[in-house]
Amino acid sequence: MTKAIEAGLSPAKKDGGGHGAAVRVDGVDIKFGSFHAVCDISLDIAAGEFLCLLGPSGCGKSTLLSALAGFVRPHQGALTVDGTPITGPDPELGMVFQSSEALFDWLTVRQNVAFGPRMRGKSRAEQTALADEYLSLVGLRHCADRFPPQLSGGMRQRVQIARVLANQPQVVLMDEPFGALDAQTRQVMQQEMGRIWQASGCTVVFVTHDIDEAILLADRVAVMTAGPAASIKTVYEVDLPRPRDESDPAALELRRSLRQDIGEEVRKSLRDQGLDPEDER
Amino acid sequence: MTTVTVDATPKPRVERRALQAARLRLRTLALYAVSVVVGIGIWQLLATHYGPSLVASPHATLSATGDLARDGTLTNSIIASSRRILIGWGLGLVVGVPAGLLVGQIRLVRQLLEPYIEFFRFIPPIAFVTLAVVWLGIGESSKVVLIFYTAVFIVILNTSAGVMAVSESKLRAAASLGASRRQILRGVVLPSTVPYIITGARLAMGNSFLTIVSAEIVAAQVGLGSLIWTSRNYGRIDWVFVGIITLGILGFVFDRVLRIVASRVLRRYGVKL
Repeated sequence: MTKAIEAGLSPAKKDGGGHGAAVRVDGVDIKFGSFHAVCDISLDIAAGEFLCLLGPSGCGKSTLLSALAGFVRPHQGALTVDGTPITGPDPELGMVFQSSEALFDWLTVRQNVAFGPRMRGKSRAEQTALADEYLSLVGLRHCADRFPPQLSGGMRQRVQIARVLANQPQVVLMDEPFGALDAQTRQVMQQEMGRIWQASGCTVVFVTHDIDEAILLADRVAVMTAGPAASIKTVYEVDLPRPRDESDPAALELRRSLRQDIGEEVRKSLRDQGLDPEDER
Repeated sequence: MTTVTVDATPKPRVERRALQAARLRLRTLALYAVSVVVGIGIWQLLATHYGPSLVASPHATLSATGDLARDGTLTNSIIASSRRILIGWGLGLVVGVPAGLLVGQIRLVRQLLEPYIEFFRFIPPIAFVTLAVVWLGIGESSKVVLIFYTAVFIVILNTSAGVMAVSESKLRAAASLGASRRQILRGVVLPSTVPYIITGARLAMGNSFLTIVSAEIVAAQVGLGSLIWTSRNYGRIDWVFVGIITLGILGFVFDRVLRIVASRVLRRYGVKL
């Protein structure tokens, strides 16, 4: 886990050259007490890849992501980044949370973004340079001196993304980062996300329940089964040129398959809860 | 109250809004005035009904205030009581905030201290007056310690409640950005807890005023509490009234100052009072 890029001058990374790390999920089981959240998941995520974890709500996508971030220990199996086991929260594994509650409301936007570099003992000048660089990347340089509560929801999520990127992590984990935004803002953010990912070159694991979002962003989409004891149902390659065109026939075809997969899982989950979806019609 | 001016809004509307706010303020002040006048009226009625040996009239209280102010008793009492309250309350904060942070953050500390917090919080300071004098003498320290006692537990309780209410995602975010446990405590937990600390400080201030009279019950030469107690011995009901009213006004002023300073200085921490 070595990185040559220093504060302020990161031309090497700007072109997206090999900054990400390969992530390996090997037979992972996660339990909370007697609740079996995630069962025997294995996934290989390539360095620099954008992987979407797609699944019905409550299926354990976020649980798996928490394990990747080091917040939750798997009960069984191994999680590694470039071969090194994940043992706890790590600045190399940046996390963008669904809620912008994760921002520090008492710090300015710039101070929020500089938080990681500050914790890691960078000089004041380096902190500011990094913060401003990544604020520019997410288009919020002009808001650097404002406070998070003064920003809109979409802007706050951009701050979260900049804050994670300012640590120059190898892997960025995103937990439905645009889920709480209105439809228009979400669309803009999704387009921006593709650009930001390509500029940063990191590996992204992106949790969503939005099929279109997955198609728009991912190199591969891993569909999860409905929980409890969720696992990976199917992994789809999204072999479409970027920027993506939603009306591309291949995209439409992929959407149909994904919708069918998710539909099956939702119906299964309803049946498990004693609600037969066929009966209700 | 400040009016936020938005560039895009046409001027007349802003002005109208400012005018409306001013009118609302005026209305509030007028109602305060009405309430005070009615209160004094009722007081006067009670005084005429029960006579000066039971209720000192507003006029008698005012002239007694004049007397006490002229010979310096009132000012000295205010200074003495304020000093005790500020020192005891300040110590309560200095000890209570770090203790509350530790209680909220570290389960072992919480489990060790909780029984004592839950025990002492139900014992009123007046129960300790005798012990305080026996242990610490009749000097300032016994009074300050009683104020400290009444302040510290409420600060600890509020601070630790604040620590336990810090959002999980903020803590996780800080940890994954590379903050150590200590950095998280200083950089995330403490700032998130500030509104709770301020609430604790205000409640502690109230407690301190409730306690000052009992703290000065024994062997205080000067102070608002001691004024109230010694007046009883002289049968001066009017002085008792002066002491009580001064105490109320002083408490109100202290709380106001605390609120204004806290909401100005600590606004970025989400303190809204």
